[in-house]
Amino acid sequence: MEAFKTHQGIVAPLDRANIDTDAIIPKQFLKRIERSGYGEFLFYDWRYTSEEQENPEFLLNQEPYRNASVLLTRENFGCGSSREHAPWAIEDFGFRVIIAPSFADIFYNNCFKNGILPLQLPAEEVEGLFSKTAENPGYKLTINLEQQRIMDSQGYEREFEVDEYRREMLLKGLDEISATIQFETQIADFERTHKIYYSR
Amino acid sequence: MGKTLYEKIWDRHIVVEQEDQPDIIYIDLHLIHEVTSPQAFDGLRLANRQVRRPDRTLATMDHAIPTTDRSLPFEDKIAAKQVEALRKNCQDFGIELFDLFSTKQGIVHIIAPELGLTQPGQTIVCGDSHTATHGAFGTLAFGIGTSEVEHVLATQTLKQYKSKTMAVNFNGELPIGVTAKDLILALIGQYGHDFATGYVLEYRGEAIRNLTMEERMTVCNMSIEIGARAGLIAPDETTFKYLEGKEYAPKGEEWQEALEDWRELKSDKDAQFDRIVDFNCSVIEPQVTWGTNPGLVASVNAAVPGPEDVPEEKRRMVESALAYMDLAPGTAIKDIEINTVFIGSCTNGRIQDLREAAKVVNGYQVAEEVRALVVPGSQFVKQQAESEGLAKIFTDAGFEWREAGCSMCLGMNPDIAKPGDRVASTSNRNFEGRQGRDSKSHLVSPSMAAAAAIEGRFVDVRQWPIKIGEGV
Ligand code: SF4
Repeated sequence: MEAFKTHQGIVAPLDRANIDTDAIIPKQFLKRIERSGYGEFLFYDWRYTSEEQENPEFLLNQEPYRNASVLLTRENFGCGSSREHAPWAIEDFGFRVIIAPSFADIFYNNCFKNGILPLQLPAEEVEGLFSKTAENPGYKLTINLEQQRIMDSQGYEREFEVDEYRREMLLKGLDEISATIQFETQIADFERTHKIYYSR
Repeated sequence: MGKTLYEKIWDRHIVVEQEDQPDIIYIDLHLIHEVTSPQAFDGLRLANRQVRRPDRTLATMDHAIPTTDRSLPFEDKIAAKQVEALRKNCQDFGIELFDLFSTKQGIVHIIAPELGLTQPGQTIVCGDSHTATHGAFGTLAFGIGTSEVEHVLATQTLKQYKSKTMAVNFNGELPIGVTAKDLILALIGQYGHDFATGYVLEYRGEAIRNLTMEERMTVCNMSIEIGARAGLIAPDETTFKYLEGKEYAPKGEEWQEALEDWRELKSDKDAQFDRIVDFNCSVIEPQVTWGTNPGLVASVNAAVPGPEDVPEEKRRMVESALAYMDLAPGTAIKDIEINTVFIGSCTNGRIQDLREAAKVVNGYQVAEEVRALVVPGSQFVKQQAESEGLAKIFTDAGFEWREAGCSMCLGMNPDIAKPGDRVASTSNRNFEGRQGRDSKSHLVSPSMAAAAAIEGRFVDVRQWPIKIGEGV
């Protein structure tokens, strides 16, 4: 996984609450067995008309948002299924940061495992960023994970919080499985005494 | 201080506790299906890793498979490839697979309980958010992403932070004719579909104790629709009775030992929950969702609300839901006409659900313009329903009777609602496009769906004239 230290990019304001995983990546694309290439299907039903044409009204079909890498959105982003195809599609489109007042649980977890920083900011703060984006076309934000600071070029700057362990994972691009395998002895010891009642 | 049920199960599964890091917890049973596993197996191959405990891993096919005649080649070539990939992965890594023609095939959350694999006090994970279903047995069960599927395959453990705990007390008795589905929809309706984010719920109270295991599974199944990580119900005699004699349940002395152990699995009297919610069951009516998340729900005798009827911060959500659902504020729920009915899914695809639906359907005909499907949750349920004569009641009435799978719950297979279709569905999600692009979903209980199929619109099933003795 690619390490995440600091990132600067164009902010795409997707002004909608409760965007669910069915909207992020509809199920017809979950049948693929590959891990990459989901970006073109991101927000499929909004991005394309039923004739599979680009829908010019949709934000990500407009300049400069085609090249956005920071997604600004509303509460409960990523609710619904556990499909990791959702963060895969977001990452493959080019997003590295998602800013929202709240995230759904499983989705939040999945982001960190795919090099995406889901940044939870207070609702007022998110509101403020929506206004700034509306006032300044091509508005950019810089997110520095090492210093845990978010800033723009016009003097806006604030600290953000993120769980220390997950921050480390992102900063180092850590592979969690290798880390857990170090504890093989403990796992084997645990299994010796742990009772499981089903018999197969 | 006493412990909650959740804490007891958690503590039993801690393998490693580290400062400032999530715990490493042991996973007793890992369930796998075709959609969220192929990339995990690829990951294993790339890193040259094995599946640590194939004996604690079990696979089936449910999401993308057709529910029509399966001896024919798949119409959908991409789905065929996915199913092939699962076969190969299970073979390469030594995992037991309940394949398309197995008598044990079915929706992953239906087959594990009916085989007796789901047992109290376990940890169960699956790359599927409705894994919470198994919580009905006092089992800590939750959905994981594909990276975590790979982690469990490789290590039989997961790195997890402990969740906060919430007690949900269902007080009073559930009125006659009101089901477990109505109970959970009413709860989500009152608190909103994200109010339990970050929590593990424990459902308690008189109404829960009176539920059968099937009904408890319906309740726990929808925990994710309130945002919760998992939902639990402490095991009791109802649980033990259900489990006794099931194929993979312990037998003889082992059974006695297990019972003794399982009886410990309840929250202590002085256990502290982070939050407690009290909910009065005695006033619940049959529920029908009218919006685009499960929290947008009303009783069948009410009307669809308008943006003015909700608090400021919910207005936009309601407006966009009404626009998508093509409903005007003030429309009586009973005036909503449907043209599609889906009875099935891991929420309501068990035998009791089919019995309740069949009771309503018996002796009636599906309305002319309505397409109605019954999709049993497993081959086992299908078999049972056929031998009880339920299948005949459905087909006589004009329902399609299908093979087991997820089907129109998410429309990944050919069972898709068409644009503009309005569906009365016993599944768990009514998101935009969930059952098919531009289709509109209304979530209801099996008996409500059955009545809607016959009337072509929603009716209060408590007033339904049941014809006994006709049909079978
Ligand atoms: S029936 Fe629906 S909710 Fe249940 S596992 Fe299948 S797709 Fe998911």
